[in-house]
Amino acid sequence: MALLELRNLTRRFGDLAAVDNVSLSIESGEFVTLLGPSGCGKTTILRMIAGFDLPDAGEILLDGKNIADVPPEKRPLHTVFQSYALFPHMTVAENVAFPLRMARCDKPVIKTKVQEALESVHLWDRAHAYPHELSGGQKQRVALARSLVNRPRLLLLDEPLAALDAKLREEMQHELIDLQRDVGITFIFVTHAQDEALALSHRIAVMNQGRIEQFDEPSKIYGFPRNRFVADFIGNTSMMEVQVAEAAPTHLRLAVPGLGEIAAPPREGARAGRRGWFAVRPEQVRIGPAQDRELENHFCGKVRSFIYVGNVTTYTVELADGTPIEALLSNSAPGRARFFEVGDDVAVSWRHDAGVFLHE
Amino acid sequence: MMSPSAGATMRACSSMNSRFGRWVVSLPPMLFLLLFFVAPSLIMVVASFRFPGEYGGLAPLVDQGQWQLTLETYRFFFSDFIYAEIFVKSFGVALATTLICILLAYPLAWLIARSPKRHQDVMVLLAVLPFASNFLIRVYAWMIILGPQAAVARAVNSLLGVFGFEPVTLLFSPFAVLVGMVYVHLPFMILPLYTNLAKHDPALLDAAQDLGANAWQRFWKVTWPLSLPGIYSGSVLVFIPVLGMFAIPDILGGTGDILIGNLIKEQFLGTRDWPFGATLSLMLTLVVLGLAGLAAWLARRGVRRHA
Amino acid sequence: MRKNSLWLWAAALAAYAFLYLPLLIVVLYSFNDSRLNAEWVGFTLNWYIELFNDTDMLVAARNSLLIAMAASLMATVLGTLAGLAIHRYKLRFLPVLAITPVAMPEILLGVSLLLFFNMVFRPWLGLELGMWSVIVAHITFCIGFVTIVVRGSLLGMDESIFEAARDLGATPWQTFRLVTFPLILPAVMAGALMSFALSLDDFVITFFTAGVGVSTLPLEIYSMIKIAVTPEVNAVSTLLMLLTLGMIVLASRIHGKAFQSTAP
Repeated sequence: MALLELRNLTRRFGDLAAVDNVSLSIESGEFVTLLGPSGCGKTTILRMIAGFDLPDAGEILLDGKNIADVPPEKRPLHTVFQSYALFPHMTVAENVAFPLRMARCDKPVIKTKVQEALESVHLWDRAHAYPHELSGGQKQRVALARSLVNRPRLLLLDEPLAALDAKLREEMQHELIDLQRDVGITFIFVTHAQDEALALSHRIAVMNQGRIEQFDEPSKIYGFPRNRFVADFIGNTSMMEVQVAEAAPTHLRLAVPGLGEIAAPPREGARAGRRGWFAVRPEQVRIGPAQDRELENHFCGKVRSFIYVGNVTTYTVELADGTPIEALLSNSAPGRARFFEVGDDVAVSWRHDAGVFLHE
Repeated sequence: MMSPSAGATMRACSSMNSRFGRWVVSLPPMLFLLLFFVAPSLIMVVASFRFPGEYGGLAPLVDQGQWQLTLETYRFFFSDFIYAEIFVKSFGVALATTLICILLAYPLAWLIARSPKRHQDVMVLLAVLPFASNFLIRVYAWMIILGPQAAVARAVNSLLGVFGFEPVTLLFSPFAVLVGMVYVHLPFMILPLYTNLAKHDPALLDAAQDLGANAWQRFWKVTWPLSLPGIYSGSVLVFIPVLGMFAIPDILGGTGDILIGNLIKEQFLGTRDWPFGATLSLMLTLVVLGLAGLAAWLARRGVRRHA
Repeated sequence: MRKNSLWLWAAALAAYAFLYLPLLIVVLYSFNDSRLNAEWVGFTLNWYIELFNDTDMLVAARNSLLIAMAASLMATVLGTLAGLAIHRYKLRFLPVLAITPVAMPEILLGVSLLLFFNMVFRPWLGLELGMWSVIVAHITFCIGFVTIVVRGSLLGMDESIFEAARDLGATPWQTFRLVTFPLILPAVMAGALMSFALSLDDFVITFFTAGVGVSTLPLEIYSMIKIAVTPEVNAVSTLLMLLTLGMIVLASRIHGKAFQSTAP
């Protein structure tokens, strides 16, 4: 049985459906991320699971039991808030001890558990400090320790890394992965940062306007986006309007007006004559001098612009019909890899099984 | 039939904040204020329509089964111009006080706002500390200063004597009343002005200077408009209390310097014509409510323009 | 900081002088060996001695303190409840109710309470105006101040702290007792102190609701000013100023702590 199940969950604010008939099933021990732009409903779902909001329709089942009538303090799950929500008038140790006090544990038990929890986040030496004396990352870790100290069934994290700078965020991401693995508690993580979602999760639920667009492992979300929104939201993509010329079990032939034909991997539901989009990732697109004839899907164009970010350079190439396509080139040679300049004639190509066809 | 979302909100509210808790917390203050603020105000309204009692106070509301109500007090108020005149005079005093307060408070507030941050708190405290003393003491102080034997009066009179003018009494005059009003209410103007000016972004003035504005233009085009909300708050905090003041004219003013407050006090404690006193109070209340509404409207307009 | 022009400094200094000189004169003349507040004759403590022998003044002082203690206690309790209720339940009627008595000219509240006590309490309950009527009147206008202070403190707090407490297993009552109340305590104390000072200081409302038998310090001062001015008034004024100064220092200490504990 799944640990947490959302069935037809709906929450409306006036005429707007913040959460629109969402169903989701989460297994014990998973690290699941709700990913989406602001306003897509991910935080609302989290708050309903925590008990700070009630659904208008649908059910929330924990271990098979509906918890809609259970007040937040009685639910066996905890939340790590975006602002950490540490009690400013209590020390770090008192903060971490709080849930144990609420559960009426004995004093010696509380002492031991608090120490264990703080040691696991490397903050035992700051046990008697007050929250305002800590840095953002330290507050983050105290909040984590506090929520995990009494081993809840489920941990909800509401954009906990949003306020941290890039380096710290990366460190915390590693810590979170390790923590979740060591402790084995199910995490439900909310974020709008797709790189975070891809790095941390076992499964990602990509959300848009109250609905789940795709719920899958990160590699499948990235490599096989279900629709245009997911393809666009995750990573960089080049998109082309296409029409299916031929649909076979092993391949698709897509006609691009003004350019010719593309060979693409097969897609369920694709039929000849169907209109749609072809999406391909920059790292799948090779770029080379105009004479090169390497891969099957091969087009000529001019370099319109490029962005150098240290390890790679992304070139935007304008094809014959004006369509822009992004191609990634790794900068393996030292120094700036100025292989191509703006205005150069180049050829771009990709494998016949690269990219995806997306329905309209 | 309630829409689903309203129902969910209600259920969420009742589970998060128990209905019982809601009433336990809000009822005591609400009952107290209803009893000792709203009820007296309503009684005041009704009292303005009643007859005065034989020995002062109010005549019975129901006499021999008849309601004893009348518009006599209102007729009386509008019959003699003198009452409206006192209202107008009070308005004038309030306006003058407010303007003078703005004039005196602005430089001080500005200076404090532009001082180093660590000094600002102390400077504000110093500016507001006099307010902590009893208001009668502050009025009494001016009795001393403006008294006929005091240095100030003698200096002024000898100066006037040089030019051949009659000696003036500074005390028990409209001048003294004005000085007292300004002195007592100055901190109410300083605080909101300072709070507003302290929030001004110095980068705005730098930008204006960078674009070619001189000092006066910078003040008039940048600082002054941005400080208007502070001026409005301060003005409301000064104007309204001054309108209702009676102690200052009572102590520092002469017999002809009565304002609305004095008139009301007379009705209730002197002549004991309570219905008329109630009418005067009602008039004052309406004026104050009108002003407060005006201030709120101005503040909203200001927010929209400067936001 | 930018250099400030001389004019600005001069104007500001003049303003500070204007604020303080009158009070300094009052204090100075409380030690003046002359019945008239005209010119300095010599140093004396006679007026203070006379003050402490003035039974009317002492009774008035005692009354003021009793009234202030009672009124500030009740006003703090009611005002804190009001502040909590307004913040948590987003009430719109209660703030108006609490703050209007503060915003209106004092004379209106004084007069309407005089009317109310006379028309209702005297005939129905047989009560004459006295200490109780003053206390009730003071509570009425002090509630608004406490409400504002408590509510301001709540507005500055991160809401998720209270949700976190519930999330971690605390019932609503436990959340209030262990989290909310300790955090608003500085504001509550500040409100209490302010109510105490306001009540001690009040003249206008007390003037109308005290009736015949009760005198408070401000009322005594007023009658002295109107009837027979002696530097005894200066002496009591000086002492009152010292007392208020002491309370302000105390209040600012507490408020300083309030800022520390809720800073993010």
